Amino acid sequence: MQVDAHYTDRTLVLRPTGTWSLRSPLPSLRDAVDAANVTGPVDTIAFETDDLENWDSSLVTFLFETAEFCREQDIEIRTETLPASLARLVSLSQAVPEQDTDDEEGPSGLLARMGLWALDVYDEMLDVLAFIGQVVQSLFGLLTRQVRMRWRTFGVALQSSTSSALPIVTVISLLVGLIIAFLGAVVLRRFGADYYVSYLVSYGMLRELGALMTAIIMTGRTGAAFAAEIGSMKIAEEIDALKTLGISPIDFLVTPRLLAIVIALPLLTVYADVLGILGGLAVATTMLDLSYTQFFTGLLEPVVLADGLVGIVKSVVYGAIIGISGCMRGLQTGNDASAVGQATTSAVVTGIILIVLANAIIDWAAAVLQV
Amino acid sequence: MAFGSFVVMRDLTFDVAQGEILVIMGGSGSGKSTLLKHMIGLLRPSDGTVQLQGNALWELDEEERSALLRTTGVLYQKGALWSTMTLAENIGLPLREYTDLNDTDIDRIVSLKLALVGLRGFESFYPHEISGGMRKRAALARAVALDPDILFFDEPTSGLDPVSARRLDDLVLQLRDSLNTTIVVVTHDLESIFTIADRALYLDIETKTMTALGPPEELRSNPPNPRVHQFLTRSLEAE
Repeated sequence: MQVDAHYTDRTLVLRPTGTWSLRSPLPSLRDAVDAANVTGPVDTIAFETDDLENWDSSLVTFLFETAEFCREQDIEIRTETLPASLARLVSLSQAVPEQDTDDEEGPSGLLARMGLWALDVYDEMLDVLAFIGQVVQSLFGLLTRQVRMRWRTFGVALQSSTSSALPIVTVISLLVGLIIAFLGAVVLRRFGADYYVSYLVSYGMLRELGALMTAIIMTGRTGAAFAAEIGSMKIAEEIDALKTLGISPIDFLVTPRLLAIVIALPLLTVYADVLGILGGLAVATTMLDLSYTQFFTGLLEPVVLADGLVGIVKSVVYGAIIGISGCMRGLQTGNDASAVGQATTSAVVTGIILIVLANAIIDWAAAVLQV
Repeated sequence: MAFGSFVVMRDLTFDVAQGEILVIMGGSGSGKSTLLKHMIGLLRPSDGTVQLQGNALWELDEEERSALLRTTGVLYQKGALWSTMTLAENIGLPLREYTDLNDTDIDRIVSLKLALVGLRGFESFYPHEISGGMRKRAALARAVALDPDILFFDEPTSGLDPVSARRLDDLVLQLRDSLNTTIVVVTHDLESIFTIADRALYLDIETKTMTALGPPEELRSNPPNPRVHQFLTRSLEAE
C-alpha cells in the first residue's frame, strides 16, 4: 500500500494505491506531501482512487488525518471521488468535534508538591478520625440498643477470623517460638544461661511476638478480606443501596466485622502464645538438653500475669486497628476493579504501620507505668 | 445448549449472511446471551456445531480457533473495558498483540477508532472517568479495532438513554454499510430491533427453541405464534 501525490494548480491530488491493510506500516501524509514537490500554496486536497484495490481502517486513518490537517490549515478537502463507503467513514469520524478534555494543571515544584502531600495527609487524618467517630457512635448505639446487631455478618466474620485462621497462626507461631528459642540457645549458651531460654521465649511471645505476629497475619488475611469485600460491594453500588434505604453502612457492615476481629484477635493471641512456647520447648529439650520440668520452672518463676495481660491488651488494640483499616479502606474504594486492589493493599499497609506504631506506644506506656 | 443436564435451548439452526444484521431476541432468561457465548466460542454446545466463516469452531485446534475468533469483535453488555488501562490502551491492545504496527501507527488508528464512535480527545481517560454511554462506545471502538468481519453485540443499548441508544443504533448501521460487516445483536430493545435488524430470531423460553426467524416488521404483522406477537407488541396477554 502506498500513496502517490502530485501538485497542479493549487491542488494537491493524493492517489492511494494497492491494498491497504492494518498488517503493514501506515504511510503518512507528510511523506506524500514531500514526494509531491509542492511548489506553491495548496487550496484543495483531492483524491484519485483508480488504482486502489482493497482497504481497511489503515486507509480510513490516513484519510482521517488528512481531513484533520485540512481543517487545521483551512484547506478544502474533496471526498466525492472516494468510494462512498470510505467517504461515509471519513465523515463519521469528523462528525463529533474533538472534546476539550485537558485537565487544569496543578502546581509543580518540590515545595508545592510537599504542600499538597501535607494537605492530603491532613485530609486523610480527618477521614480516619471521622470514621472512628462513626464507629464509636455505632458501638454506643449497639450498647443503648438503638442499633441492631447483625449477628449473621458478625458470625461469618468471627468464623473467618478465628477457626479459618488457625492453620496459618499455628504454623507461624510455632516457628516464631522455635526461632526465638534457637537464637536464645546460641546466645545464652555462651554465658552458661541455657536455663533462661524458656523465660526468653515466654516473655517474648506473651508480651510482644504472640500478639504482633498474629496481628500481622490477620492484617494480611482478614483485614485485606474486609477491604476487598466492602470494596466490591461499593463498586456494585450495594453501599449506595444501603444508604438509600436509610441503613448505615457502618452499622451494617463495619461494626459486626470490627467486633468479630476484636474478639478473635485476643483468642488467637493466647493460642499463638501457647504454640510459640511449645516451639521453644521443642528447641530447649532437643538442643539444650533441658528437661520439661526445668523448662516450665524457668518459665513460671519470672513470668508474671502482667506480661500476658500486656499481650492481650495489645491484641485488642491490634484487632481494632485491623478492623478499622480494612473496613475504612473498603468504604473508600473507587469505582473500578483496580480500586479494589488498591483498597486491599492500602488496608494492609495502613494496618501494619498502625500496629507497629501502637506496639511502640503500648510498650512505652507499660514502661512508664512499670507494668 | 446445556449446563450439565439442564437444557437451555435445543434445535437451533440458522445462518447469518455476510453484511446482514441479525437480532437475537427473546424474554429475559431465554438464553440470548448464552447463545451469543456459544457463537463467540466462550461456551461449547452440548450438541451440534457452530460455524464461523465456514469453519466448525470446535473442530479447530485452539490456535486455529483463536485465529478465527480474531476476525470477530464483541461488544459486551457492560462494555468490559479493562479498568486499569486508558481508552487508548484498551483499543490499542489488540493492535499491539496481533499486528506489527509501530506505536505511532497504533496511536493514529486508535485516534481514528475513537473518532468513529464520537470520542475524539478521550484517549487518556480511564473507563471509570467516562459515562456509561461513552463506555459502550469506547468498547465498540475496541471491538472494531482489528476491522473484524463479524461483530457480536450483547445488549448494546441497555442502560443507555434513548438518544444515546439511537446513536449507537446508527453507528451499527454505519459500520455495516461502510465495511459490510456481519453483525449479530442480542437485545430485547424493540426500538433497536425495528431500527437495525434485517432479520430477527426469537428464542422462546417455554418451548426452549427458536420459534421465529425473519424480518421484524414481517414477524410483527404476521406473527408465527402468539408469544412472538406478544413480545413484538409489548402485550400483556398472548393472543
